[in-house]
Amino acid sequence: MKQKPFVHPYIPNSEPVIREAMLKELGIPGPEEIYAEIPDALRLKRPLDLPQPIACEMELKRHLESILLKNSTCRETLSFLGGGCWQHYVPAVVDEIVNRSEYLTAYCGMNYSDLGKYQARFEFNSLMGELLELDAVSEPIYDWGSVAGLSIRMAARINGRNEVLLPGSICPQRLGQIRLLCQPEIMPNSIKIRIVDWDPESGRMDLADLKRKISEKTAAIYIENPSYLGFIEEQGEEISALAHKNGALFIVGVDPISLGVLQPPARYGADITCGDLQSLGIHMNCGGGQSGFIAFRDEETYVAECPLAIYSIMETVREGQYAFAEVRAERTSYGLRDKGKDWVGTASGLWTIAASVYLSLMGPRGMEEIGRTILQNAGYAKELLAGIAGVRVPMTSATLKEFVVNFDAAGKNVAEINRGLLERRIFGGKDISSEFPQFGNSALFCVTEVHSREDLERLAAALKEVLK
Amino acid sequence: MKEVRLRRYHAPAYDEPIIMEMGQKGQRGIIPPQADPQIAKRVGPADKLVPGKMLRRKPPALPEIDQYHVLSHFLRLSQMTLGMETGTDISEGTCTMKYSPKMHEQLVRMPQVTDVHPLQPEDTIQGILEIAWKLRGFLNEISGMSEFSFQTGGGAHATYLNACVVRRYHESRGELDRRTEMITTQFTHPCNAATPATAGFKVIILPHRKGYPDLDALKAVVGEHTAGIHMTNPEDTGIYNPRVREFTDIVHEAGGLCFYDQANANGLLGIARALEAGFDACHFNLHKTFSSPHGCEGPASGAYGCTERLAPFLPVPVVTERAGGYHLDYDRPQSIGKMRSFFGNLQCVIRAYAWILSMGAEGLKSAAEISVINNNYLEKLLLQIPGITHPYAEGRRRFEQVRYSMQELKEQTGFGSHDIQDRMVDFGIQSYWLSHHPFVVPEPFTPEPCETYSKEDLEYWAAVIEQACREARENPELIRTAPHNQAVGKIKDFSAADDPESWAITWRGFQRKRRAAGGGAPRPSADSTA
Repeated sequence: MKQKPFVHPYIPNSEPVIREAMLKELGIPGPEEIYAEIPDALRLKRPLDLPQPIACEMELKRHLESILLKNSTCRETLSFLGGGCWQHYVPAVVDEIVNRSEYLTAYCGMNYSDLGKYQARFEFNSLMGELLELDAVSEPIYDWGSVAGLSIRMAARINGRNEVLLPGSICPQRLGQIRLLCQPEIMPNSIKIRIVDWDPESGRMDLADLKRKISEKTAAIYIENPSYLGFIEEQGEEISALAHKNGALFIVGVDPISLGVLQPPARYGADITCGDLQSLGIHMNCGGGQSGFIAFRDEETYVAECPLAIYSIMETVREGQYAFAEVRAERTSYGLRDKGKDWVGTASGLWTIAASVYLSLMGPRGMEEIGRTILQNAGYAKELLAGIAGVRVPMTSATLKEFVVNFDAAGKNVAEINRGLLERRIFGGKDISSEFPQFGNSALFCVTEVHSREDLERLAAALKEVLK
Repeated sequence: MKEVRLRRYHAPAYDEPIIMEMGQKGQRGIIPPQADPQIAKRVGPADKLVPGKMLRRKPPALPEIDQYHVLSHFLRLSQMTLGMETGTDISEGTCTMKYSPKMHEQLVRMPQVTDVHPLQPEDTIQGILEIAWKLRGFLNEISGMSEFSFQTGGGAHATYLNACVVRRYHESRGELDRRTEMITTQFTHPCNAATPATAGFKVIILPHRKGYPDLDALKAVVGEHTAGIHMTNPEDTGIYNPRVREFTDIVHEAGGLCFYDQANANGLLGIARALEAGFDACHFNLHKTFSSPHGCEGPASGAYGCTERLAPFLPVPVVTERAGGYHLDYDRPQSIGKMRSFFGNLQCVIRAYAWILSMGAEGLKSAAEISVINNNYLEKLLLQIPGITHPYAEGRRRFEQVRYSMQELKEQTGFGSHDIQDRMVDFGIQSYWLSHHPFVVPEPFTPEPCETYSKEDLEYWAAVIEQACREARENPELIRTAPHNQAVGKIKDFSAADDPESWAITWRGFQRKRRAAGGGAPRPSADSTA
């Protein structure tokens, strides 16, 4: 018996009768007639060397699950990892909405056919605008490091200067991303990065050093609040005043979940605020939940220099009815290619919808309450850990959810301690011993609203055991 | 053309308020966890844990809405989004709007994906590393490259990564001071001009000659200043450049590197590869060719592949395999560093792995072949419509997409591709994508009927375009005032989005500008807008 040709469930026209009918209509015997455009030497003349396919959905699912189940999760293992990706609770309604087919599969459909997508984007802008107290918010791009670098480039274009000042306490990986975006110094349009001293005890930027380094070349000062190391930089107003006095812009990177309890950077003078949305209702996804936003004052020069897409509410021909459209689309790389403002492209659109649903659910009270819970939980964790022999919390500054824990006097290094914790089903803090040698043998712990008192006490008890 | 019955479509029209208008003071959407009373007692009030001047005293003016109404609001907005799965999305060319299998969504929603922290010890993320490692192998085979990185967060990000790799490569050879020029072509995606410019290169865009990138123009500009070339093939127009190997040879002879933008590689799977065409690096958009859903423009992944020569420059970490286990290699002294935090969007990696495994070598080739057959079939239907042409490369076959022109229709009726775009959505299909800028092809549109779509879908799509083009001749008012079956009417004046006085990017900005203009409430209440 002749074997039936395989018809793939994802390829309707692979059914032979249909395929033949289409080829007949085209007057060609097969796709080779079309591929005749490719020179023979460039053709692959053998089948791809790939594993036998698993065409059966059930079997494929079983195969993938068997691999993925090798991962441990922060559900069954108590986690204190942060460092730019944080474990927060994701409300059920957020998952329900972001998993909707329409949002999940939409792409560049236009103003009318994808109206809801456009409205959700405008609502994202509006909700973030209230959180940040800024009138202009862009569509986000890849992550915090990307928007930090792009914000600095924006500032350099706005004031035509080519240096940026930032504190040595910045997240080293973000600094790496910024360095790439600022270009190597031998390049003619490079933006020079100058690191400002900071006090490892308080976390504060050294204002005297800042004054020494700021000049008429300074395009911007960039700080993070809360910082990578968790501390809250209190000198926002002073830094902002120094920036503005010298004609520089003030850029602040922020974790938005802090903004129910912490001042939005615009309040202490930030001209551009950027940061990562992941804390606002987006699962960690092994780092796949990052999304960097940029917000600024609604001024023409800022809009003109922003590389990312920006949307406006629009009137339609029907009274009282709104639609949405892109603002000054021609300035982007889509409009002007190499003459456009840096570049824009597909990045993290679905997470704007997650963040919108999250902020809509939380409201002002929810944001305030979650901030308080995080502050208190983390405060308690600091106390518990600092009370263990050999363990120290070296920074005296206020912190939100992350804080440095030092083990110099514990007789074990962080790697050993974390192995001990893992045996007790705990992911200890991120080892920062090589990133910040001035803290010695230290880890960055992250505590959020997901941690109960029992969780924190379990951590302390486990740590005592490990250090025994 | 074949007789097709057009759908009586109408988009859901809820007149849904902006979320900022919704709710009542005091309503709650969710109650977050509170600190344990013993914790609160122990550490004291949260206010005291924040330096006074850093404490937010004025709460953010977010709306206060109960949970049900937040849910229904965003559900209604979703219904007013055609998306890909209901929109017969042949429309968005260069985007490869293929079916994203639902089973893959079940996989990426497993806690073994969603609740994994990227800094967990290697031993505890072996599953995800195994998949990344194996997908690397698949893509190496599909492209001929030797190494892949999944760190970028989108296709343009991968072209930026290439610009950074090229920069570091020339820097490592002490030639960066003179290798200052990156070349690209007119019909290659604009990010290939934009990202090298951001990386500090001077960009040279080769013009086309009769639809093909101009080889003589390349010869004229290439030289000791050449850092490399970014090009794609087939180009945006769907036209395959048969002399591609001459391009890469010429750039190599000048000491430059060659990058192949394969964001959309759908027509070439198992047919032809980057390696044989002479490229040093390429990228695939996992959210296009390899089935990840597009998610309203992300999360996405531009999987970046390169030959051995460029592998030392890849961003860290790189996944490796040793003694049956999978590892993250950070010890790569020549690496450009970090392109994005952590490892990129691994959801896309899982889906791409599952998709390739579901297809196998034969299935991938079938996807490619059907995508080009579909495209040629649709082309035949569309070119029968008076007023539509496909400029350039006369008598040559296009691959997976075609850039058409409605210039003739415009000359004959006054209506061009924007006008037809506003009307086509009245028939329940997604609006087509026009073209990248500048519009070298006048009145352009660019559909891409990938392997997902049936013969009937292609015929329906062509019938809608035919109907709209006929209306342009017979009932111009219908086109002029379109759309008619959408949730909202035509946007009154697009130029308002270019004017700082009238654009409004947030609700607070909108209210401020309304007040400044002497306006009252932003709009009449919903019940008065019958």
